[in-house]
Amino acid sequence: MDGHIFDPEGRYARHLILPEIGPAGQARLNAASVLVIGAGGLGSPVLLYLAAAGIGRLTLADDDVVSLSNLQRQVLHGTARLGQGKTVSARARLADLNPEVRIETHAIRFGVETAVLVAGFDLVIDCTDNLAARHLLNRACVAAGVPLLSGAIAQWEGQIGLYAPGLGGPCYACTFPEPENPPPAQSKGVVGALPGVVGARMALEAIKHLTGAGQSLLGRLWMIDTLWNEERLLRTHRRADCPVCRGKGAAC
Amino acid sequence: MLDIVYFAWVRERIGHPREQVETGAATVADLVAELRARDPRYAAAFADPAVLRVALDQDLADFTAPLAGVREVAFFPPMTGG
Repeated sequence: MDGHIFDPEGRYARHLILPEIGPAGQARLNAASVLVIGAGGLGSPVLLYLAAAGIGRLTLADDDVVSLSNLQRQVLHGTARLGQGKTVSARARLADLNPEVRIETHAIRFGVETAVLVAGFDLVIDCTDNLAARHLLNRACVAAGVPLLSGAIAQWEGQIGLYAPGLGGPCYACTFPEPENPPPAQSKGVVGALPGVVGARMALEAIKHLTGAGQSLLGRLWMIDTLWNEERLLRTHRRADCPVCRGKGAAC
Repeated sequence: MLDIVYFAWVRERIGHPREQVETGAATVADLVAELRARDPRYAAAFADPAVLRVALDQDLADFTAPLAGVREVAFFPPMTGG
């Protein structure tokens, strides 16, 4: 392993010479376990970059199959995989990208009965495509004490936050309380490169969180409107009246 | 003058990403009431403020928050696509 670490042409050479990651940070990535829910638009760059980064155990859950209209943005999959399960397609591509990563797949739709899946992971990443699943995943992560990196897209825009009451930050429901009435349906139109922008940033934030590099998105919400070049980094707060985490968590 | 920024379907309904307004609104809720009265596009965007969030100078706030001293108000919904 030592010889591998100092090989300037080794797989992780560009991480090893980066001061904020280095051998210690790369060792943390190699030892980390990450669960990614959704292997679609956001899940594609998240899974590709985390596999490439050498995450030790990379687990993904998705019950969908690869369809032609996915391929405009879901670059993890390919034309030869049309009709196959996304977990099957993802496993093949990720194993080719980095055979050192232990890849686990669950061809399931994340639901109440599968919420126990989050326990024991170092980080859960929300790449789902609906608000109900996002709130369900948040409840499961708060209950299990697992940090949740949640990203979402809409047409030309995206949002990312890191939610971890156990680390002193808010949970997803502190920032976006679950509405009594369902919000208006969001258009399914999305520019193909958008999940690349937002998903790659999610992978990057996962790497920062797992290695401790720089400042994480805990207590922050990053928003980008790529159509009109607006970008904001908002401060978010724990809510004592949050029905999910009740504003609990160790002081930061 | 107050800068207002709109994201996602709020922007889509209103028709532009940002604007400057002259307002005497004391709180975010007062500002929303002012905007809703403008025309049907704003009324549609703010039909159910409970599904929206607001940030004042990049700090997440409640709709009851005062606007005194605030330079920018951002309205946005949770985005849901993946």
